[in-house]
Amino acid sequence: MTDIGADKGFPRVPGSEPYRGEVDQPTGTPTTGHEWDGIKELNTPMPRWWLWVFYATHVFALAYMILYPSIPLLRDGTTGLLGWHSRSEVAQDLSAAETERAALYAQIRDLPVEEIVKNDELRETAFRGGFSAFKVNCVQCHGADASGSPGFANLQDDDWIWGGTLADIQTTITHGVRFAGDEETRYSEMPAFGRDGILERPQIQAVARHVLALSKSGEEDAEGAELYVQNCASCHGEGGEGSREMGAPKLNDAVWLYSSALTDIERQINSPRHGAMPAWGQRLDPATIKQLTVYVHELGGGEASTEEDAATQ
Amino acid sequence: MELIKPGLLFLAAVVAAIASGLAHDTQFAVHMGLFAVIGLGLAIWTITSSDPTGRPKPVGLDDGIYMDGPIRYGVIATVFWGVVGFLVGVVIAAQLAFPDLNFEPVLNFSRLRPLHTSAVIFAFGGNALIATSFYIVQRTTAARLFGGGLSWFVFWGYQLFIVLAATGYLMGVTQSKEYAEPEWYIDIWLTIVWVCYLIVFLGTIVKRKEPHIYVANWFFLGFIVTIAMLHVVNNLAVPVSFLGSKSYPIFSGVQDALVQWWYGHNAVGFFLTAGFLGMMYYFIPKQVERPVYSYRLSIVHFWSLIFMYIWAGPHHLHYTALPDWAQTLGMVFSVMLWMPSWGGMINGLMTLSGAWDKLRTDPVLRMLVIAVAFYGMATFEGPMMSIKAVNSLSHYTDWTIGHVHSGALGWNGMITFGAIYYLTPRLWKTNGLYSLRLVNWHFWLATIGIVLYAASMWVAGITQGLMWREYNAEGYLVYSFVESVAAMFPFYVIRALGGLLYLTGGLLMAYNVYRTIQGEQPQAITVGTVQPGGLQAAE
Repeated sequence: MTDIGADKGFPRVPGSEPYRGEVDQPTGTPTTGHEWDGIKELNTPMPRWWLWVFYATHVFALAYMILYPSIPLLRDGTTGLLGWHSRSEVAQDLSAAETERAALYAQIRDLPVEEIVKNDELRETAFRGGFSAFKVNCVQCHGADASGSPGFANLQDDDWIWGGTLADIQTTITHGVRFAGDEETRYSEMPAFGRDGILERPQIQAVARHVLALSKSGEEDAEGAELYVQNCASCHGEGGEGSREMGAPKLNDAVWLYSSALTDIERQINSPRHGAMPAWGQRLDPATIKQLTVYVHELGGGEASTEEDAATQ
Repeated sequence: MELIKPGLLFLAAVVAAIASGLAHDTQFAVHMGLFAVIGLGLAIWTITSSDPTGRPKPVGLDDGIYMDGPIRYGVIATVFWGVVGFLVGVVIAAQLAFPDLNFEPVLNFSRLRPLHTSAVIFAFGGNALIATSFYIVQRTTAARLFGGGLSWFVFWGYQLFIVLAATGYLMGVTQSKEYAEPEWYIDIWLTIVWVCYLIVFLGTIVKRKEPHIYVANWFFLGFIVTIAMLHVVNNLAVPVSFLGSKSYPIFSGVQDALVQWWYGHNAVGFFLTAGFLGMMYYFIPKQVERPVYSYRLSIVHFWSLIFMYIWAGPHHLHYTALPDWAQTLGMVFSVMLWMPSWGGMINGLMTLSGAWDKLRTDPVLRMLVIAVAFYGMATFEGPMMSIKAVNSLSHYTDWTIGHVHSGALGWNGMITFGAIYYLTPRLWKTNGLYSLRLVNWHFWLATIGIVLYAASMWVAGITQGLMWREYNAEGYLVYSFVESVAAMFPFYVIRALGGLLYLTGGLLMAYNVYRTIQGEQPQAITVGTVQPGGLQAAE
């Protein structure tokens, strides 16, 4: 029962039994004398590196707390020697970015969009800004590549429901489509020919066959053609050329808002779905709207604003 | 007197049946109906199993020196819920890679995700903690579990909590607090069960026959007490009706967020760290048959861990509406937690000094040791990610998911597997495990699975973080969010593959445990001993 741990320079555990003279053979370290279910404990001192790193993290913590906001006070907290604040940091970053692009941005804001596209530098800046704004605001419906999805128009082609000039696109983006909160929103409504009892089911099927025939993807249907002239041509045109004034899509091409399947066309005639688009003028600043306009216009299907422009293009 | 217990149970069943009938929503009706059926069943069972003749009862599971019945059941429950939890994890990993695998509404990601997290943390981890703590506290205090049949109530009551939570998730019952999704009545039930758990554990320590309390029991007690506190405070809520499942938390806005992450982070700290360190402090010295490396280190790292963990929660809310001072404190306490966490790793690994050679021959020990290694990696990664500069990149990305899983799969999973392989032959008194070869297969499948998981999520997370913050020359964002989602596809597939390997390992364990309990032993090898040539063949 000699306290051999002390001889070897191992510290005594306060309050523990005197060492019972037991030294662990493989390590040469005395045990604490405790034992539970055959488990003993060595009285190894804490590793020095562990202790020093432990202290170092405290020093780091203390220094960090002095430099940065850290202690809650009655009304607010300490501000720290650096005067750092997460929200002012964001504000600084944003204003730095704003200052950097201020000159070009101001021109985009102030010039009409038709003038912006005439200046290469402005057009490119607007395009990149629009590209970014499109990814944040538009991809959810129109897709990351702007090729649309069922019910949402493909913006890469030259088939426009509401018009493809810069001014048309700007109006559509600003006021949206069938958007309840904007009085100037683009609005059209096709009658529910089946649901409201205007046409019988076989008649709807006939019209649907004629609609397919208009885009040269189906057989001619005499009954359907007649019904089409009576019911549909006033908006969609006799040859299915559509009407931008009415917001009636073109039917004589291979571009489909929903689907080219006969059953889907019947469904649309029977009880039409009417998509909506927010009036982005209420959410985005005018410069961003102009950038989006330039971006969408440049995607491939943009139309010239005047005869003169068309000639130069 | 004989009829008091069944009478009370019957009364409770009637109350539950009435609540079920008057319920405002189907989910509540189903759960109250479940209570009614269980109450009625127990009442009938109590009457039919009572024996008025006073004949001596046959010797049962609980009649040894130690009360091992609930522990045996706990081991089986751990294996069962583990496999279930891993399976749901693989399913939701696959759903993230292939969204068509979402089946509305019951089997969509949003309902299966809490099912996965609760199944692995609370069902698998919780059963492992309850079973091992009951086993360890009896052995290290040389005392039988306190409270007679109360430990059985803890076991079955906890299973009922799991079933209520899991069925609730699938039916859409949630209070939308991460890792605390169950609604108010399920929370109350868990509180009752948890207090009984504390009574059993503390009572056993009080009547201990050993003069000192072993370090494993400090950690278990810290875990049980803190979880009780966290659970109660985070779930303070007002039910819309006492006959409906919906409730609203009493905290709102950033206060609610802070309470939630105080809870959430300490669920990691006390449930998944302190509790499992308790396991580590028993099974490693027992399996390697060596003394614990340093008593002093265990004291210092225990108290520093307990003191500092509780403050680290705000690091989940960096760059949010949380005041800057609170974010700073969350960060610096997380950094100071590094060494207290590593104290456990050092004590676990260095306990092998003088017996490192056993790693070559004992796959169960290998499992326990790699668990400690993953623990060390995760507890370094955690403080690092809490540093704001790192967090600004890692926050909201899959890096966090990878971090959690290197801790959960590596540390919690592996140490539990080791504990199960240690306990099964001892609890069922068989001559060793059915197959050490299968343990070795389990070890490698799980390890490779974790590596695939963690590595793919590191790449995925850093890719996301970089894509989200990429600006072009004009100061506009380069990528849309959906492009970063699309970029994740290959990593999500690799992650699902890693999970599948881990699940396969879990199935091998279930089979091995089943055959061990059956008592069949084709190999005459006992755990921890080696016969020449026997194990080499397995590698």
